[in-house]
Parts: sequence; C-alpha cells; structure tokens
Amino acid sequence: MLIDVSNVEKAYNEDGSATYALRGISFGINKGEFVAIMGPSGSGKSTLLHILSFLDRPSRGVYRFEGKAIEELSDDALAHVRNTRMGFVFQSFNLLGRTSVLNNVMLPLVYAHMSVRERNNKARQVIEQVGLSHRLQHFSNQLSGGEKQRVAIARAMVNEPSVIFADEPTGNLDSNSGIQIMKLLQELNRAGHTVVLVTHETYTAQHAQRIIFMRDGKIENDSGVKERRIAHDHEFLK
Amino acid sequence: MTAIDLFRIAVRALSANVSRSLLTILGIVIGITSIMLIVSVGQGAEALILGQLEGFGSRTMFIEPGREPSGPSDLVELFTDSLKEKDVKALSMPGNVPGITDVSPEVIGNYTVNWRNESTRASTIGTTKLFAEILEVFPEEGMFFTDEDLRQRALVAVLGAEVRSKLFGESEAVGQIIKIKNVNFKVVGVIPRLGSTGFFNVDDFIMVPYTAAQQYLTGTDFFQAIVIRVESEDVIDRVALDIAALLRANHGISDPDKDDFHITTPADAAERVSIVTGVLTALLTAVAAISLVVGGIGIMNIMLVSVTERTREIGIRKAVGATNRDILSQFLLEAVLLTATGGVVGILLGVILGYAASFALSAALGASWKFVFPFQAMVIGLLVSTGVGIVFGLYPARRAARLDPVEALRYE
Repeated sequence: MLIDVSNVEKAYNEDGSATYALRGISFGINKGEFVAIMGPSGSGKSTLLHILSFLDRPSRGVYRFEGKAIEELSDDALAHVRNTRMGFVFQSFNLLGRTSVLNNVMLPLVYAHMSVRERNNKARQVIEQVGLSHRLQHFSNQLSGGEKQRVAIARAMVNEPSVIFADEPTGNLDSNSGIQIMKLLQELNRAGHTVVLVTHETYTAQHAQRIIFMRDGKIENDSGVKERRIAHDHEFLK
Repeated sequence: MTAIDLFRIAVRALSANVSRSLLTILGIVIGITSIMLIVSVGQGAEALILGQLEGFGSRTMFIEPGREPSGPSDLVELFTDSLKEKDVKALSMPGNVPGITDVSPEVIGNYTVNWRNESTRASTIGTTKLFAEILEVFPEEGMFFTDEDLRQRALVAVLGAEVRSKLFGESEAVGQIIKIKNVNFKVVGVIPRLGSTGFFNVDDFIMVPYTAAQQYLTGTDFFQAIVIRVESEDVIDRVALDIAALLRANHGISDPDKDDFHITTPADAAERVSIVTGVLTALLTAVAAISLVVGGIGIMNIMLVSVTERTREIGIRKAVGATNRDILSQFLLEAVLLTATGGVVGILLGVILGYAASFALSAALGASWKFVFPFQAMVIGLLVSTGVGIVFGLYPARRAARLDPVEALRYE
C-alpha cells in the first residue's frame, strides 16, 4: 500500500482549547489509484492533504507512506521525500513570479542535486508533455491561468514522483482550462502515477476512480465512482 | 542544491530590487569607506612624520629636562631647570663620552620683534650652528653666526623667511638692527623659505647664539634641550647610556627612577609617533565601526521585510523539497552578498578618497604627503563586512528557515 492512514487525528491548539480538524481517520490508497477527497469547507480535506503530502504532521495516529511512518522521519527527511516521491499542484498555482517557465519546472530538481544539463533536459521534456514548449522562457506571471496550472503540473511530474497531490487544481480556472487540467491528471494516472485530488466540486471529483467524502473531520463515505468522467478534448470544444 | 544555485538565486533576488539593495548597503559602504580613509590617512601621517624624524638624522638625539613623562604628574617635571652649562661642558669634554661629535644647547622663547615701525612675534631659538647643520638650513643671504659669536655672546640673529618678509618686506635685511624683547640684535643671515615640516616651521623662527639668548632674553641659566650628534648611528644606544651615567653623576643622582632628564633617540621618537598615530587610528576606526553596526541593523531590517514579502516563495520551495538548511543558506547568502558588495564598494571609495586626501594634504601642508594603500584595512574591511552579513543576516534567515510550509503556502 502506497498510503496507509490509521486513526489519524489533527488538533490545533487555540487559546488553550483544542480544535479538531481530523477526528480519527483510517484508509489506504494503492499505487496507481486516482482518488478524490471531497467535502464541504471545514470538513478537514485540506488538512488531510497536507498530512498525506508530508507538509504537516498528524497529532495522533499513524501515517505510513511507502511503508515509512511519518513520525520516524525528520523534517529534512520529509523534505527529501516531498522532493523525490511527491508532486504538488495547488489551487493558486504557487509558481515563482518573475521566473521563467523553465526555471519554475526545474525547481524540484535544483533541490535534488541534479546537474544543470540533466535538469534542463528533464524540464524541457515535461514542458513539452504539457504543451508549453513555446512558453519556455516566458515569466510565469505572463501566462494565463490554464497555462500556469499546466506549468505547475509539469513541475509536479518533473521528478517522476510516485504520487501527485492536487489541491483544488481547477478552482481558479475557467471550465475549459479545468477540463484540460483534469485530462492531464488522468493521462498521468494512466501512465502509472498515483493521483490524490482534493476538490469540493462533484463534477471534478467524478474524474477520479474513487471518492472519499469527508464531513466534520471524519470520513463519511468512501466508494468507487460509478459513472467515471473521462476528460476529452471535444468536451471543451462545445 | 549547489553553491552555484544558491548564488544564482541570491543574485536574482537582490537584482529584483536594485534600488532597495543599494540603499541597504549604504551604511556598510560608509563604514568601510571611513575605515579605509582613516587608516590610509593615519598611515600617511605616520610615514610623513617618520620621514621628518629621519630628516633630523639618525645620528641625532635629544636630552630634555625632567624624567620621561609616564603620567600626568610627570608633566610638571618637564619644566625643570636641570640642564645647565656645566652639563654642556661635561658632554663637550673630549673623552667624557666617546662618540659625541657635536653638542648644541637650545633656549626657546616667544618675543615681540621690531624693526623701525614693523612689529611681529616670533619664536626665538638660542642655539648653535649645529641647529642649521642638522636641519640642513643655510642662509641664502648673509651667513649663520659662528662659534666666536657664541663665545662673545654676540647680539646677532638669523631670520626665518617669514619673519624676514613680515619685518622687512622687500628691503634689505642683512646688516639691519632689529629689536628682540627691546634688545638690539644685528641681522647676519636669512634662511630660505622651507615651508612647514609638521613639527614646526623654521620660516617663523629667529635663531640667535644661545649664550646671548640666556643673558639678554631669558635671563636664565638652564636649557630647554640639548641636541647631541654622534659619529655614527651604531654607537647611539651606547652613547645614550653613557650620557645618562654622566648626567646622573653631574646631578648627584643614584636612582635612575629619579632622573631629572630624559634622552630621546631617533628610534624612541619613531616609536612614540607610531604609538600616537596608532591610538588615533584605532579611536577613529572604532567610531567608523559604529556605522558598520548601524548598517548591519539596516541589513537585518530589510532582510526581515524580504522574508515576510517572500513567505509564499519560501512555502513553494519547501513544498518541492527545500530543507530548512537550503532556505537558511539562501537568505544568509543574500545578506552576505549585500554586505560584501558594500565592503567592496567601500574599499574602492576609500582608496579613491584616500588618494584624493593625500593630494589635498600635500597641498595644504606644503609637505610631500604620500598615499599609503591600507592593505591590512582592506583585508579587515572585507572580513568585517562579510561578518556583518553573517551576524545580522542570521536572524532573518532562521526566521525564513523555520516557517511552517503550510502556513507559508497560505500566506497572501
């Protein structure tokens, strides 16, 4: 099992009293799955994603990623796993401004101690995959929203991660760009990457194979998608 | 992440805000420039004074009354009447102190000098012709007074160029009778204009036989100094010891701590000059160092602003795998790059200003002030400016490194 969560809790201490964002969550994700985590705002889905993606630690419970328990890893070790095994796509893109597309995509490789030539080759390759070769030297803030998110996806896949975490990746996009992004994620999934998607839109979630529905810090429902949507180019031509 | 990556990131971040970066390093630039300038001028002054000491000759030493001052209470001792004619006689006696070639006692006073209706004040030195020989000043009009004049207590005077022009203007001076402290002296010579030599200005002096000065001007029987010339600089230390022994015997002193005179050799004088310029340079450098601290605080302030502004960038970098150490190095390097740039600019400015100062001082003092490149100060300046970057950059860099990635990514 790639992701193994058991009895995970997350509490925030504010003014001495604990507020629970996660109240005992257990589930697993296998390699190659495409999972959507859904729920209304405040349900704890973002907190869960932060823990799954090693950006935050649980207050209680055990989380194992590729067999390694998070509590046994130092902050530097977490950074190393994020760098080599995980890719990130955010709602607000989170690209470095005034920095070229190429440099943005190379960023994870910079922290992976990869040689400049190798970085360049890999980054150009994935940029071509997301169809932005003509934008290589453009600054990220000169791009449209859809293009920005494609750069983010290129950055997420450049280190050949085992899992890609996407936090509301279509939230700031028009529907056509959104479908394009979902298509890219589905292609990545087909190529063997595990994808974990957080969204509050049922429509977006239906592109996954499985939906975990959360409410009040607990899992309310966890089931496969019956009529899965496949993002096609013709969808956004209409 | 390699050092080159770090460097590239830091340069890109700093050049994104060029005017802010420049303003930030201004404090460091001013501090390093001041230090370079102060040290350069200080070393120039030392070189100049030491050069002038050499002008007195390596064979010349001074005996002055009172013991060598080592504290404020000793200063009173300087105004004693311990050096008298019998000391000069004993020192001049062949065989008493082997190695001495010339002995010249000095009597100094400041008097009003008149010629007809003209009047001025001038330092009047009662001396011998050795004074002129040591300073290598020889009359361009007339001649210096002779040993015979000394024996005769002759009322004759040699004028410095400035005194001459004040009293006589363009008219003939040699042969005229002037009044010093209302005593008639005959002008026998005039020394050409020499300009200031730092310690004193011979142009403002009147030189008379010391015997005449004692009898007619000061009315005293003691000297303010005795100048000694020895046959070679090799014997100077031995002669100094012999003189001390002779004077102690003459003055009935058995305990050297109770000496009523002190002897200054060229080496002593050079050492004293070095100490004085060293202390002055250190004091001024300490003041300049304050501006480095102020500059460092400015750097810290701007780096803290920068960390806040770039919170999201820090979050992104951490998300894709930057360790705390990577972030710390990045911001620390930015701070060091700022201060080191300030240091380099400061060194360049300091050298340029120091060079300009050497010209200005040469012109102002009429002496050949040489520019000294403060190599030590340059090395120290580079180290200190880098150090300031590390010290004042560490706190902001740690703040950046410790940011929580989730919080940082959420930051608007």
